[in-house]
Amino acid sequence: MKLYGKYIAMLFKSQMQYRASFWLLTLGQFLVPFSVFAGLYFLFERFGQIRGWEFQEVALCFSIIHMSYALSECFARGFDSFSTLVGNGDFDRVLVRPRSTVLQVLGSKFEFSRVGKLAQSLFVLGWAISQLVMDWSMLKVLVLLFMIVSGVCIFTGIFILAATMCFWTVQGLEIANIFTDGGREMAQYPLNIYQKWVVRFFTFIIPFGCVNYLPLLYLLGKSTGNDLPYMLAPLAGIAFLVPCLLMWSHGVRHYRSTGS
Amino acid sequence: MIKVQGLSKAYQVAKRSSGVKQAMKALFKREYKIVEALNDISFTIEQGEIVGYIGPNGAGKSTTIKVMSGILVPDHGTCTVMGYTPWKDRVNYVKHIGVVFGQRSQLWWDVPVLDSFDLLRDIYKVPEEEYRSTLALLTETLELEEIIQMPVRQLSLGQRMRCEIAASLLHSPSVLFLDEPTIGLDAVSKIAVRRFIRRINEEKGVTIILTTHDMNDIEALANRIILIGKGKLLYDGSLNAIRNRFGTGKTITVVYSHHNEPLQVEGAVVESWSAERAVLSVDTSQVVISEVLIRLSQQVELLDVTIDTLPIEDMIVQLYKEHQI
Repeated sequence: MKLYGKYIAMLFKSQMQYRASFWLLTLGQFLVPFSVFAGLYFLFERFGQIRGWEFQEVALCFSIIHMSYALSECFARGFDSFSTLVGNGDFDRVLVRPRSTVLQVLGSKFEFSRVGKLAQSLFVLGWAISQLVMDWSMLKVLVLLFMIVSGVCIFTGIFILAATMCFWTVQGLEIANIFTDGGREMAQYPLNIYQKWVVRFFTFIIPFGCVNYLPLLYLLGKSTGNDLPYMLAPLAGIAFLVPCLLMWSHGVRHYRSTGS
Repeated sequence: MIKVQGLSKAYQVAKRSSGVKQAMKALFKREYKIVEALNDISFTIEQGEIVGYIGPNGAGKSTTIKVMSGILVPDHGTCTVMGYTPWKDRVNYVKHIGVVFGQRSQLWWDVPVLDSFDLLRDIYKVPEEEYRSTLALLTETLELEEIIQMPVRQLSLGQRMRCEIAASLLHSPSVLFLDEPTIGLDAVSKIAVRRFIRRINEEKGVTIILTTHDMNDIEALANRIILIGKGKLLYDGSLNAIRNRFGTGKTITVVYSHHNEPLQVEGAVVESWSAERAVLSVDTSQVVISEVLIRLSQQVELLDVTIDTLPIEDMIVQLYKEHQI
């Protein structure tokens, strides 16, 4: 963990060599998601509510998933852009160093400009919370943080899976974006507005529903029966990481390197 | 120290043909061919040796290095280095080795060299005390004082290579793999790098495996060479044995006072001839040099004689030819 911090410090020093580009990128990352959010706003302006969900409630849902996404893009960028690491042979270097490959790949890249996206989602989160009439408890705050952490785990897991594919294909697979970008777009709305099969897929295969929708029901007091399963649902997101990491360590053995 | 036995590795390579049409076709149906990068390679290397690992491009040099350093998993065969199987016990194994890829950097591009070194210290968990003394030694012997504060991207290739070598030695490895360490360097840097390699071998007993295309590297450093071609081991032995084998061919260049008739010397082949100068080649296993010179002096008045041995470069070419690679 300490080493990871040092990797990040190193990347930060590198990034600061290109300050202008950093600020512009960050600004862009801050502004772009607003257009998405604006779309959301106009949608609700027109229809009032969707399946009993108010705008503020959806905004909360939206901000949580976007924050998870921004965070995982920051931290797991090394996996997201893993195809370059394989393509130019730098993964060789990772393998001749006495540390875990996961740690080194995580430390190979850190996308500081995503701080802009993060700020944007924090902004929306703050706004949604201020608008919602609900009684916050310590427990609810914890569940909220838990949701974000769990979301980061799912996105990171998908990044790792996509990176694992590179061991066979060398080039990156855009198909993984269906699950990262697609998953994010889907999960920014409460899941019950979708078809049954979509809900099932995002609950049991890639458990976005467990990090977002289910605990959200608890936060907003819409849950029925025992609250505990709703509170603990985000565990599924953390569990999702396990098979991803197993796939990864299997993939490393298939690494073929590139020419001399 | 290093024991390689029956190592084989094959790659599946997609056949590529030119033309857009063929490329379109390849999108749906691809033909593969199997390339045997390594085919039943065996050798052992003792502690403290410097071994030159040579062969033409695509012979399998890098693949062997990558297997020995734990990057690639071979299809067949075993490899043990200091009791470790590189690809099985990777994390524990790589603490003991250093690897320099001449064509790739292991330093962080945008930050001063020293920062990279500091991070490597943490990666390898080198104790502070030890790190400081190793770094001081490396800085002094590789003359890094002036460049250690500069970002890597501002260094020249020669400066960078010195830093790369230093970086791979910070954790005091017992085995050092050098994959083309002098590629693209100027004469001065090459000599500096060679001298340093020799020195760490002699002073610290570091075992060194070196791949290169520059035969001067081999001549300056390696007592033993392993030749590989098309994935097969072709020669393993001392450089002197090669010299004795191919070095029997000598070239004699003679300058003499004006002589109009062509030279005819028994036991020597006249390669070129003019009224003042002639080049002859002699196989010393067939005839003694002094004999040839006596015969020569009987025909012409010798003004100057130069005797050359076949350059090592040509000997290797001979060896390649012999094995048809």
